[in-house]
Amino acid sequence: MSAPLVALGDTEVGSGAKQPPARRRRLRQLNSQDRIVLGVMIAIPTLIQAVLVWLPTLGSIALSFARWDGLALSDIHGNGLTNYRFVFAESPQFWPAVLHNVTWLAFLAVIGTPLGLLLAVLLDSKIRGTRIYQTIFFMPVMLSLALIGIIWELVYSQDNGLLNFLLGTSGTPRAIDWFGNSHVNLWAALVAATWRHAGYIMILYLAGLKGVDPSLREAAALDGANGAQTFFRVVFPAMAPTNVIIVVITVIESLRAFDIVYVINHGTNGLELLSVLVVQYLVGETQVIGIGSAFAVVLLVISLVPIVIYLSRTFSTKER
Amino acid sequence: MTTTSSTARAARPKDDARDQAVARTRSKRGGTVWPTYLFLTVMAVMWLIPLLWAVYTSLRPKADTDRYGYFSVAGAFNLQNYIDAWNQGGFITYFGNSVLITVPTVILTLLFASMMAFAVSRYSWRFNVTLLIMFTAGNLLPPQVLATPLFEMFKLVQLPYSISDSGTLLNQLYSVIAANTAFQIGFCTFVLSNYMKAIPMELSEAARVDGAGVWTQYWRVIMPLTRPALAALGTLEVIFIYNDYFWPLILIQTGNKLPITTAINNLQGQFLSNYNLLAAGAVITVIPTLIIYLALQRQFIAGLTLGANKG
Repeated sequence: MSAPLVALGDTEVGSGAKQPPARRRRLRQLNSQDRIVLGVMIAIPTLIQAVLVWLPTLGSIALSFARWDGLALSDIHGNGLTNYRFVFAESPQFWPAVLHNVTWLAFLAVIGTPLGLLLAVLLDSKIRGTRIYQTIFFMPVMLSLALIGIIWELVYSQDNGLLNFLLGTSGTPRAIDWFGNSHVNLWAALVAATWRHAGYIMILYLAGLKGVDPSLREAAALDGANGAQTFFRVVFPAMAPTNVIIVVITVIESLRAFDIVYVINHGTNGLELLSVLVVQYLVGETQVIGIGSAFAVVLLVISLVPIVIYLSRTFSTKER
Repeated sequence: MTTTSSTARAARPKDDARDQAVARTRSKRGGTVWPTYLFLTVMAVMWLIPLLWAVYTSLRPKADTDRYGYFSVAGAFNLQNYIDAWNQGGFITYFGNSVLITVPTVILTLLFASMMAFAVSRYSWRFNVTLLIMFTAGNLLPPQVLATPLFEMFKLVQLPYSISDSGTLLNQLYSVIAANTAFQIGFCTFVLSNYMKAIPMELSEAARVDGAGVWTQYWRVIMPLTRPALAALGTLEVIFIYNDYFWPLILIQTGNKLPITTAINNLQGQFLSNYNLLAAGAVITVIPTLIIYLALQRQFIAGLTLGANKG
């Protein structure tokens, strides 16, 4: 359903090869009034980005090497690597948080994303009612993760939750408090997160599958390849650009995970994540800005890996 | 995507041949379709259960669920929980705040992003690719990475009490608008610049020959042609901003200034002992997104895939 928009943009680019297109204008060719107008059009968004995104990011890096209670700027004192020493060696929450983030990524990568792909593949074939199925699977993508936390709370609650009724444990001592028990609550939250993630991935892959040349499948079918062979050897590799985006989205989503655990129990008791630790040192009673910033820098460094991979791929293919 | 989607378009007449080939492989193995339907239907039912359970719970009086249990069909069904949740929850304030944050954010984001995208995609100047990369990167960061310094910056800005009742940028709706706008500009610039790049340069040339300045080219030539992308992105951004939980959580301190998504936290505490009310509150919060979803599903999905497919 997105095909018109995507195709419009892309085919126009492709058609440029046929006739030499008009070149983009260089600034030298503009008169002074136009240069000022263009300068303002560039300056406003860039200034907003610089002041509200890049500067605070650099601020996190700077404050991670400092001791500060968040009151007066003159009270900021450098303290070298002390904050990092605390984060890596002393903080009782850091390594659990890392483990939880890794688990989050692994769960989405092994269950959430493949499930979305499976749904997309099944719905891309000639299925009756495919739009209804798509609408249903896609519905959670419209909901905020905070709200998803509440909706699943009704399912997971120990005494009144649907799940324990279905398991027949409700009201018995064996009833599990799915969001409260630190052995299972990460998995319970991941199921709720997958509820949303799979629909998102499904929609992206449905668009990707529409872009695969049908003659490829035809040729594979005529060569006697079965459905699985056609998919894994022909269709899936042909979707390489979509696959890259899906990988990046899956990694970034698992680093950004925050809302759902914060709604459940403020990211404590088995639900610690790196993003939560940053916020805990910000909104907590004792504002230890330096340590929160050190957590932020760890999160930044990890996030830069998928971001750099994505940007280098995106912008290098564009230059070609 | 360049080759794939253009060939998909060209190859559409071949669809019949493809269907026949697919049909042949199917009929060969006979009856391979019904497990697919079974699987999809089971999954669809599982997908709907959490929402349906919330709706079901919300329609039952607490007295009845206390008596018969939540997992039962006995007792009355009515909308009393919705009335009570609406009256006790302060939804009007929260929804109002959501609108006051979402509408300006989306307009400002699209305006600034389209200006930047225009400058990046229609003119070549030094650092234009560098800036575009920086814009895109900024949007991909987890917001927590920059939350602490942004909070401290906003706290340090001294404002007269005539424009800020806190004396700083904290606890102000416009600060949430600013943070959200800054965070979304990168993504929108990236998508819109790809879209504008595909508009033939000849159009700008012709406008320039006719004496149109930079602003006229942007506002009268390029922006009208970008309308499909703006509509898709606008829908997507409305949902994104309405669903934003994080920035108000950090930047707003008093409950009556929270938008609905962040106010869910308070709602949860307020209704904790009453799941029927909590369910009704959750459903009330879902309704605006559901309306947008059903009305503008195509736009929303177009926005998502527009962003993702431009790899």
